[in-house]
Amino acid sequence: MLAKGQPVPIAGTDDEPFSILADDGTIRPGTDAPEIPDEQALKLYRGMLQVRLVDDRMMKLQRQGRLGFYMLSMGEEATHFGGAYPLRMSDWCFPSYREPGVFFWRGYSIKDYVNQLHGNIEDPVKGRQMPVHHSANWLNMVSISSPVGTQIPQAVGLAMGAKISKKDDVSLVYFGEGATSTGQFHVAMNFAGVFKAPCILFCRNNGWAISTPGNKQTASKSIAIKALAYGMPGIRVDGNDLLAIIAVMQDAVARARAGEGPTLIEAVTYRRGGHSSSDDPSAYRDPSEPKEWEAKDPLERWRRHLESRKLWTQELHDKYSQEITEELMACVKAAGELGNPAPETLFDDVFAELPPHLEEQKAEMMSRPRPKPAHGGH
Amino acid sequence: MARLSYREALNQAMCEEMERDDSIFLMGEEVGHYQGAYKVSQGMLQKFGEKRVIDTPIAECGFVGVGIGAAMTGLRPIIELMTWNFSLVAIDQIVNNAAKIRLMSGGQFKMPVVFRGPGGAAGQLGAQHSQALEYMYANVPGLKVVMPSTPADAKGLLKMAIRDDDPVIFIEGERLYGVQGEVPDGDVVVPLGKADVKREGTDCTIVSWSKMLTVALEAAEVLAKENISVEVVDPRTIKPLDGETIYQSVRKTNRCVVVEEGHGFSNVGAEIVARVQRNCFDDLDAPIERVHRMEIPMPYAANLEAMITPDVPRIIAAVKRVMYLPESKPESKPQSKVE
Repeated sequence: MLAKGQPVPIAGTDDEPFSILADDGTIRPGTDAPEIPDEQALKLYRGMLQVRLVDDRMMKLQRQGRLGFYMLSMGEEATHFGGAYPLRMSDWCFPSYREPGVFFWRGYSIKDYVNQLHGNIEDPVKGRQMPVHHSANWLNMVSISSPVGTQIPQAVGLAMGAKISKKDDVSLVYFGEGATSTGQFHVAMNFAGVFKAPCILFCRNNGWAISTPGNKQTASKSIAIKALAYGMPGIRVDGNDLLAIIAVMQDAVARARAGEGPTLIEAVTYRRGGHSSSDDPSAYRDPSEPKEWEAKDPLERWRRHLESRKLWTQELHDKYSQEITEELMACVKAAGELGNPAPETLFDDVFAELPPHLEEQKAEMMSRPRPKPAHGGH
Repeated sequence: MARLSYREALNQAMCEEMERDDSIFLMGEEVGHYQGAYKVSQGMLQKFGEKRVIDTPIAECGFVGVGIGAAMTGLRPIIELMTWNFSLVAIDQIVNNAAKIRLMSGGQFKMPVVFRGPGGAAGQLGAQHSQALEYMYANVPGLKVVMPSTPADAKGLLKMAIRDDDPVIFIEGERLYGVQGEVPDGDVVVPLGKADVKREGTDCTIVSWSKMLTVALEAAEVLAKENISVEVVDPRTIKPLDGETIYQSVRKTNRCVVVEEGHGFSNVGAEIVARVQRNCFDDLDAPIERVHRMEIPMPYAANLEAMITPDVPRIIAAVKRVMYLPESKPESKPQSKVE
């Protein structure tokens, strides 16, 4: 709660990011760790593992020419689950394009995911969007926008809307540190602060915006410190420490729900892969850099934590891997065999109802002979 | 019937809709305590309170984006832009987001938001305050574009725009706010996508909208004294465009002039001309003429502004050209034929 005349709490701005789990997975002495029940702790592990395995397979499919485009999350999985875990289902999430784990945590199936990438007849967005641009209204997950930063004012608007509708739901919006250079980030921070919107602005600071490093993105000491100017708490947290992210998120959600306004969270992590399948980072960054970050892998740290709680075994890991891989392979096979969306669906959803000019264009299109697709899928 | 100004008609439309439906709210710069930059929201803060009449910081991409997010929760925001010129600051939100979210999400999200505010030149406001931007928004699939020219249309169309489940670009005539007219009492709506014949005639059809519609009507009045009978058609909704009403008129008069406030290239008038020639080719007795602003950013000096803006003499000259009548006498204001 920000009372008049009090300084805005900025955790970890000048120091190391706030962290709870040590590299060996134990809880750092003197930290107040949130309680995660065993079953949930394992579910979080399985979720992060699923993102890792799905990413690996999808990138291979892209390289084989079976997907047009893909974006990896490798090394950033803790930010997905740390953000998603403290929310309830009536809360909303505005993802950017690198948080598939949030979708999975809220119930988006591997089947939905793979079908979206293929843009086939069972794609939840009907073959309309680029791969990785998922949308799941039934999970309160909002359509992903390609231009970075546009979702930030929208998330603030959704939070304000919840307030106007007298609901205590909150919205969580993800963006990279690159998006903090856009005007939309700044107007959204300002609106969120002025209107005390129940919104959590979550910056995945992964160090690179395509080829632009963090130090070319801002002259600020951190992203979190920017919160100070907008009158909200800014928290800098270790983005590879699932427990620490959950802790700061739980605080932020509680504040938002209690009507105390927004929080900016900066999760410090690292983009170990390229920006997308179209990018080759060896052209612009030292290959030793991603190697260093492999040692701070969030999945491995959580594994060690589970091991310290005597929850993790190799057998359990193998079981999860096998289940996920089998489901994934079945979905990939099915997705490749499913047909493309029917041409007559092309005009659906431009508007709620088909206006006369589109009816005419649809009739004209349907009267033409149908071109044969180049090949089955992509 | 009551006699209301265009401004009062818009105010009445918003108030009646907000009384009917709690999910509607108004947001923008100066809409509350200042009572609206053009006083369209006069009294609304007092009536509906700060939760539903929301003054915002000065950042179009902020409150336009906020409106889009609020619409996704099922609310029906009315977002006031102080002028459509400033919508360019929020173009990414309107074009890349509001227009496309329904489609990109496979129909999962609806976008019942109205973006409204004044457009067109209002007299000596210079290059950044005088643009007629309807052509830009009309070119974007997923947006509807509405431009009322009378108080009655302003009220009836705004009510329908608010009830529409798609994003509506509602461009008010900046020089029409004070215009008075008869407005039906109560919940009388005007459907989107329906043109209106504002004056009946037999010799030539003029198609025009918003402020230029009123200039076209003046020209028709002058021409009537010369026994030239002009029919004036107001599309009212630019998109979806009601072509049929325009074609019916042209099939009767066999001549057509399109008058618009904006620049000529790729503008709405070009689209109307393309459609009329395709649908009325055998009915036309002359090539269709266009009257529009010259392709210069709007100057400030009043004499220069008048030179590039469509006016009654230029409209009359265009009508006479399509009727193969001699142009006005040389002592009158020099005419410039705009290609």
